[in-house]
Amino acid sequence: MSYDSHHKKENFIQKYIFSVDHKIIGLQYGITSLLFLLFGFSLMLIMRWQLAYPETPVPLIGSLLGETGILLPEIYNSLGAMHGTIMIFLGVVPLAVGAFGNYIVPLQIGAPDMAFPKLNAASYWSFFVGGVIMIASFFTPEGTARSGWTSYPPLSIFESGQTMWLLGMVFLITSSLLGSINFIVTIVQLRAPGLSWFRLPFFVWAQFVTSFLLVLAFPPLEAAAVLQLMDRVAGTSFFLPSGLVYAGSVVDVSGSGSPLLWQHLFWFLAHPEVYVLILPAMGIVGEILANNTRKPLWGYKSLVYATVFLGFMSFIVWAHHMFLTGMGTTMSAFFQTTTMIISIPSVVILTSFFISLWGGSIRFNTPMLFALAFLPMFGIGGLTGLPLGFAASDIHLHDTYYVIGHFHYVVAPGTIFGLFAGIYYWFPKVTGRKMSEALGKLHFWPSLVFMNGIFMPMFIQGLAGVSRRLWDGGQLYAHAQGVLQWNEFMSISAFCLAAAQIPFILNVLMSLFNGQKVDRNPWGATTVEWSAPSPPLPHVNFEEPLEIYRGPYEYSVPGANKDFSSQTVK
Amino acid sequence: MQVPYVVDERPDTGLINSKLGIWIFLASEVMLFGGLFSAYVFLRMAAPEGDFAYWGSKLSIPMATVNTLVLITSSVTVVLSWASLKLKDFEKYKLYMGLTLLCASIFLVIKYFEYTGKFHHGVYPSSSTFMGIYFTLTGLHGLHIIGGIIVMGYMWLPIGSKLWETDPEHFTNRVENAGLYWHFVDLVWIFLFPVLYLL
Repeated sequence: MSYDSHHKKENFIQKYIFSVDHKIIGLQYGITSLLFLLFGFSLMLIMRWQLAYPETPVPLIGSLLGETGILLPEIYNSLGAMHGTIMIFLGVVPLAVGAFGNYIVPLQIGAPDMAFPKLNAASYWSFFVGGVIMIASFFTPEGTARSGWTSYPPLSIFESGQTMWLLGMVFLITSSLLGSINFIVTIVQLRAPGLSWFRLPFFVWAQFVTSFLLVLAFPPLEAAAVLQLMDRVAGTSFFLPSGLVYAGSVVDVSGSGSPLLWQHLFWFLAHPEVYVLILPAMGIVGEILANNTRKPLWGYKSLVYATVFLGFMSFIVWAHHMFLTGMGTTMSAFFQTTTMIISIPSVVILTSFFISLWGGSIRFNTPMLFALAFLPMFGIGGLTGLPLGFAASDIHLHDTYYVIGHFHYVVAPGTIFGLFAGIYYWFPKVTGRKMSEALGKLHFWPSLVFMNGIFMPMFIQGLAGVSRRLWDGGQLYAHAQGVLQWNEFMSISAFCLAAAQIPFILNVLMSLFNGQKVDRNPWGATTVEWSAPSPPLPHVNFEEPLEIYRGPYEYSVPGANKDFSSQTVK
Repeated sequence: MQVPYVVDERPDTGLINSKLGIWIFLASEVMLFGGLFSAYVFLRMAAPEGDFAYWGSKLSIPMATVNTLVLITSSVTVVLSWASLKLKDFEKYKLYMGLTLLCASIFLVIKYFEYTGKFHHGVYPSSSTFMGIYFTLTGLHGLHIIGGIIVMGYMWLPIGSKLWETDPEHFTNRVENAGLYWHFVDLVWIFLFPVLYLL
């Protein structure tokens, strides 16, 4: 039996715009989210200029910021809030889950498509509308949200621009919900015959747990967004306490609400969200490590159990973001205990990855370099999180640059390096051509250096107590004087990091047309997606239905005639 | 190309795709209303003593009781409509699905009179935290009722029910999934009624 690949002729719009093919939707997610990542990064470059050279006109785009060309505090706050929102909800999550999940998961489980192709398209377009609303808010008279990506009340209730943000979030949340329902059903239902749970590649496991986190953690934020919208539009006071004074007068609301309620609902989403950001990247890194060490991932089952446990625990650690709110020592004790427990599965995963390197014949190609860099970078990000997980040390570090350094190490040189690794690794599958190794290395090494140049000094500033939200980077504070000189260093690193992305952009564009042509399995990999043609066939992926005969990482099996044994070959 | 297990169950999981999908969707709905119910608990604890009870006494228990009965009836009729399809009796399906839609509409009409009654007496979401959470919870629940009416109305009208002619089993599965959602919306009300009106 072979798939019926004969289908109706499609015009351009059906094929590339309103497609229901998971591969096209994956590419739509990928292109959109990469553009958002670039945009969100540019916002930060403007802010870094102001931090390095306070109150000097911003070069090139200064005229957009007002007559003086100086970045004003209100706009600084706008850019800060939108940088966070765009990077997380419009950049990393859609790239990690929407793009890689959509493109790779059905291929890795040997399925012809996602379980609900139309729902899949709906989730992309819902994401797109959410993105348009967020970007449109830059052009409204009220401006964008400016209360941080966390949107803490009471400030977020009074600041203009927040309503658009909430509206955009509703679309983004809907998109994530539809997408993750689709992933769960696809992984449970559409695995090829013989592909049992413990034969799934680690990447599929990571996406599976990620989808559960999104399905269960996002709705409380939707609830919170509805409540905040009511506070802004209908005059309720869910998040406003009685007798609150704003702009010199008592706020006229019925009162008795609580700003803490928002923080609980928000972090109930936003802590699992951290694992939504990191798990897909870990999945990608696992695939690439096994492929380029030419040996199985060490401790595959413990990796899977650790990931599932991590997903479960991520629902009961949220209040470690709230030690400073005075919620009480009992609560703090509980949440710092669970926080320490959740570090165990993360360490299990990272340790398994490190041991996987042991004794391998490592190929240092570009995807592998990014995957290798992920390990220490995520390690630094994870370990610097421990002092934030203890209430006592968190009191000193909370809301300083230390926190910024910590989570950027997890997400920027961590997750984003993992995603870059994935792009270099799967580019041949998507296009049938390899990306240039020379440009890849020209992208990797400067990125690694400048990433650390940006984020390492943040620990120094944070330990000195510099607040993360200051427009001038702490000029007016005595305790900040000794570490202020790092501002310029970090900013120059950031500008250089931007320049280091040029080889990547060139590489993608040039390789599309001039890259070395490859066959279906250029890396000598074992997982199922490499049995499909490059690029896989529209709508059906594989020429014929597959059967799976072995586990995901059978590299260098003694007695085999090659150093890899594909899952689809008997 | 056809995605497998749309109508036939996958042997090792014993599920069709949409059945699993609707249950996971309902799990996310539980978290949505769960978030709002925990907000209710949090706000009730933060409110001055007796505040919630005072404002709660302004709600009309008779209207809500009638609404509870209406919704329970609709839950029964939606099951009967699905059972009729299982018995290959399409006319009965039309009847019972029509009754379900009728009940859903009656619920909304009664809710409309409840809301306007409040507005008439100058009671708005901004009047107190209790009224705020009351309007938010029942409003969101009302939106779910409207969503149900749209989906079930589509399956009741010829545009959606013509699938019965070509693929009766697929259509029956759709009705079953809509019925599961409808039971959930009913169940949310079963929690809302005592929490808002009786406590």
